[in-house]
Amino acid sequence: MEALVAAAALWLAWPAVAPAQTPAPTPAQVPAQMEGTQVEIRAHAFSAPTVTVKAGTTVTWINHDDDTHTVTSSVDTFRSPGLDTDETFSYTFTTPGTYEYYCTLHPLMTGKVIVTPERS
Amino acid sequence: MSDGHEVDRRGFLQCMAWTGTGLLWSVVGGVPRSRAFGPGRAEAQSGESFSFVQISDTHIGFKGAANPDALGTFEAAIARIKALDPKPAFLIHTGDITHAQKPGAFDTVSEALKGVGAERTFYVPGENDVFADGGTEYLNRFAVGGPGRGWQTFDYRGVHFVGLVNVLNFKAGKLGSLGPEQLEWLERNLAPLPSSTPVVVFAHVPLWAVYPEWGWVTDDGTQALGYLKRFGSVTVLNGHIHQIMQKVEGNVTFHTARSTSFPQPAPGVGPGPGPIKVPVEELRGVLGVREVRYAPGQSRLAVVDTSLA
Repeated sequence: MEALVAAAALWLAWPAVAPAQTPAPTPAQVPAQMEGTQVEIRAHAFSAPTVTVKAGTTVTWINHDDDTHTVTSSVDTFRSPGLDTDETFSYTFTTPGTYEYYCTLHPLMTGKVIVTPERS
Repeated sequence: MSDGHEVDRRGFLQCMAWTGTGLLWSVVGGVPRSRAFGPGRAEAQSGESFSFVQISDTHIGFKGAANPDALGTFEAAIARIKALDPKPAFLIHTGDITHAQKPGAFDTVSEALKGVGAERTFYVPGENDVFADGGTEYLNRFAVGGPGRGWQTFDYRGVHFVGLVNVLNFKAGKLGSLGPEQLEWLERNLAPLPSSTPVVVFAHVPLWAVYPEWGWVTDDGTQALGYLKRFGSVTVLNGHIHQIMQKVEGNVTFHTARSTSFPQPAPGVGPGPGPIKVPVEELRGVLGVREVRYAPGQSRLAVVDTSLA
């Protein structure tokens, strides 16, 4: 539940990507797919397993765990170093497509970034 | 009847006890018993039993809230090992030597373990030791000349040891595994052994399904265990989950070990695995090291866990 609350707070913190007419979701209604530029790592999970962004967007991951994690593309497009507590990793997605990633220390932790064309 | 050459044949610790001696084996209840003959018999007999130490998940470089002084608790573990009487014949480190391959951590651990008075330390890697470089540094330090990517075998006083590596095949969304090359090697390695040979298998991630939802299992561990079923005494030693768990399945006894760095939750308790903070005064009580004692004639090795409290 903590992760869901964090995701909801994140949604509210980025009004530019959350259309004004969209009602603020309650934690139980947070969709699996959301727009945003920050993904939180907490309790061995990525807070937003799927993130959809426009090309040119920088996505930042922040690790809130005591454990070290990585953000590593499944096909080596990007690869963070080990992220300790409160450390971040950013990557700018310039080309539309689907980018799957995981933590090389805990491979059951997976996520996806969907990059849409800049003018869509 | 067999002989003591098994000890020497694989080239391990040739100088330890058997120079100029031999062994007579008899099998009682499926478990081999031995007695020495030849010069120095009394001395050799007194050395039939032996002990070794399992240390695990030292995570040197960890500085999280669960234990800001992982080096200090590691040093406490070293003190426990040094105090053992009789001295362990050797040590086994079941991985996560370092926390996320922090610089200098491999040196810190290997130098400290050289100073405990045992002949040597055998290592298998944890995911923290190999994730950043695919295992290059670890393998160059600890696995040069081995049969594969870090897996290993040796015999000691009639007990057959196998170290397995289950952290080098991590793939997105998948469980860790041994892989076909290592499994084939294991099958070949065990094939010539009589079923009465006591076998000790050690690896970082549990070979049995402790809690697959958290990755606390080896994907192809069942296949490896299939090769071990015929043996009368199999002891499986793992780390990774930072707590003591035990399971008996036929003649196979599984043990997971405490860490010297920080505890993790019981399987499935809480939102996920990872370090948990306990009250400062309780921390050393949930960390520890393990002594394993072998005595010919006993079907199971004695596993003695000692906390750092």
